[in-house]
Amino acid sequence: MKTLTLTPARLRGAEIVFWTALASCFFLLPDKLTLMSQILIFGLFAVSLDMALGYAGILTVGHAAFFGAGAYAAGLLAKYGWSEPFSGLLFALLVCMALGYALSYLVVRGADLTRLMITIGVCVLLAELANRLAGITGGTDGLQGVVIAPVLGFFDFDLYGKTAFVYSFVMVLLVFLGVRLVLRSPFGLTLRGIHDSRKRMLAIGSPVASRLRMAYALSAAVAGVAGALLAQTTQFVGIESIGFNRSAEVLIILVLGGTGRLYGGMIGAIVYMLVHDGFADLNPQYWMFWLGIFLIAAVMLGRGGIMGALSRFTGTRRNA
Amino acid sequence: MGIVIFDGVAYGMLLFLIAVGLSITMGLMNFVNLAHGSFAMVGGYAASLLMSRFGVGFFPALAAAFVAAALIGAVLEFLFYRRLYKAHPLDQVLLSIGIVFVSIATFTYFFGPTMQPFQLPPLLDGRVSLAGLEVGRYRLFLIVCGVLVFAGLLLGLGKTRYGAMVRAAVDNQRVARGTGIHVQRLFFLTFSLGCGLAGLGGALSLGMLGLEPSFPLKYLVYFLIVVCVGGAGTITGPFIAALLVGVVDMAGKYYWPEAGAFLIYVVMIVMLLLRPNGIIPRKGIA
Repeated sequence: MKTLTLTPARLRGAEIVFWTALASCFFLLPDKLTLMSQILIFGLFAVSLDMALGYAGILTVGHAAFFGAGAYAAGLLAKYGWSEPFSGLLFALLVCMALGYALSYLVVRGADLTRLMITIGVCVLLAELANRLAGITGGTDGLQGVVIAPVLGFFDFDLYGKTAFVYSFVMVLLVFLGVRLVLRSPFGLTLRGIHDSRKRMLAIGSPVASRLRMAYALSAAVAGVAGALLAQTTQFVGIESIGFNRSAEVLIILVLGGTGRLYGGMIGAIVYMLVHDGFADLNPQYWMFWLGIFLIAAVMLGRGGIMGALSRFTGTRRNA
Repeated sequence: MGIVIFDGVAYGMLLFLIAVGLSITMGLMNFVNLAHGSFAMVGGYAASLLMSRFGVGFFPALAAAFVAAALIGAVLEFLFYRRLYKAHPLDQVLLSIGIVFVSIATFTYFFGPTMQPFQLPPLLDGRVSLAGLEVGRYRLFLIVCGVLVFAGLLLGLGKTRYGAMVRAAVDNQRVARGTGIHVQRLFFLTFSLGCGLAGLGGALSLGMLGLEPSFPLKYLVYFLIVVCVGGAGTITGPFIAALLVGVVDMAGKYYWPEAGAFLIYVVMIVMLLLRPNGIIPRKGIA
């Protein structure tokens, strides 16, 4: 097959087309806006996981801890009086960044197995906490009574999800651009270097542990924003926002899209959520079965996901 | 107090039986296998089916559970695991999560989502007086089983030729291969043995934890804690860790039910902070 070479200018064009296409859903798919907001939010969540897993190479299967923490932070803030949405997002971001930075001291040390255990353990621990503190979090019933003030004091969150879509789109785009900037900065290149060869990065004097801690905290912050967006747009926080299953789900989304690629998480979320929506009436057990088969196949037939397959015949490397 | 510790020890033995295979495969092959609970589930269902539908006795069913889980383990090792020993841990995690999902869906499809019925054999039913304590016979049986397997594994690893080869491969795979040990076959046999023990543990858990299709996910964290806290690649490490986890978890649920599950994670995190490579780290990484 003839490979199609993408120049940086064309690549930027492709990026613009991608986001314009997403934005045009507002007019093209007016009855699917709730689903589109969820796709955007899960895409951002997958991108945050990619920062930790795909770029920094921190093996984590507990990222829903931050997604859930962000959701509960934003939800609780709105429930107990402060309902302005932007500051709610900022609050969730700061909470999750602090949480991520504190946990990074546990996560960054130790071997892969230890990291895996700590991330799973913390995630299950927080899920248990949310379950036990039913007086505050609503327990298994979820956090209800979240009221979000109109965006900019003018656009109310309506039943059709119009405001929710525009709000999520703008916020996801902004955060995504921030992530893109970070990953293309020298800091992002350091992360990629650590991912490829930790020893050599140490040898050239790169402070590996502190860079990894920072990456983990940033990734946690972005995951928290995604969670907060979900809480604000649905005005509800379910207990399933936090926990092992959500972590596994976002891992699947990322693997589907392709790890270590900026757009892997977004593409994975689009495909995963559309397929999930299409088979919504399928028995959950079958869904689980096919997910399992997909995971096994993805590993056995080679990783890289959709972005990997795309880049194989467009001639761009890892930066698309 | 005494009875709580006793029950905790029995629970710990069960965890040890299931997790010891995981410890060996993680230590020997550096394989992050999250699907270990699925093998325990295979054994448990095999035993349960044999007993309820074919009227097989409890003890033959235990043996059958071992064989069934070992066979399934052997097949999966041959088909999938073998190809990923050198792969990135992420691939191993994904593969094993995939296997967990498929096993949960399959078992729900064939046996329904409810807990498997289980009737204790008359020999193990009831209580027995032991040093002034009224203890359940079944739990006593679990402890005996755990100690027997522990002793058997220690002897097998310490005294036999096969055990020496396993130890050599855990310590340094390359050199082991250089001395003419057929490491691939060693992996295969050890993996099957570990799965068989998990199957035995799964069958024994019928009378203590209960068995349902969500078993592999529900107890996954416990198995991993045992291996991680104990130190992957050893026998004694997981044994101590399993007892610790069993007693702490049981005592937590008994004396402090509101905190229940927390205690165990807090213990895990503290232990991993104190000893990141486990209570008994294997040679070479200490």
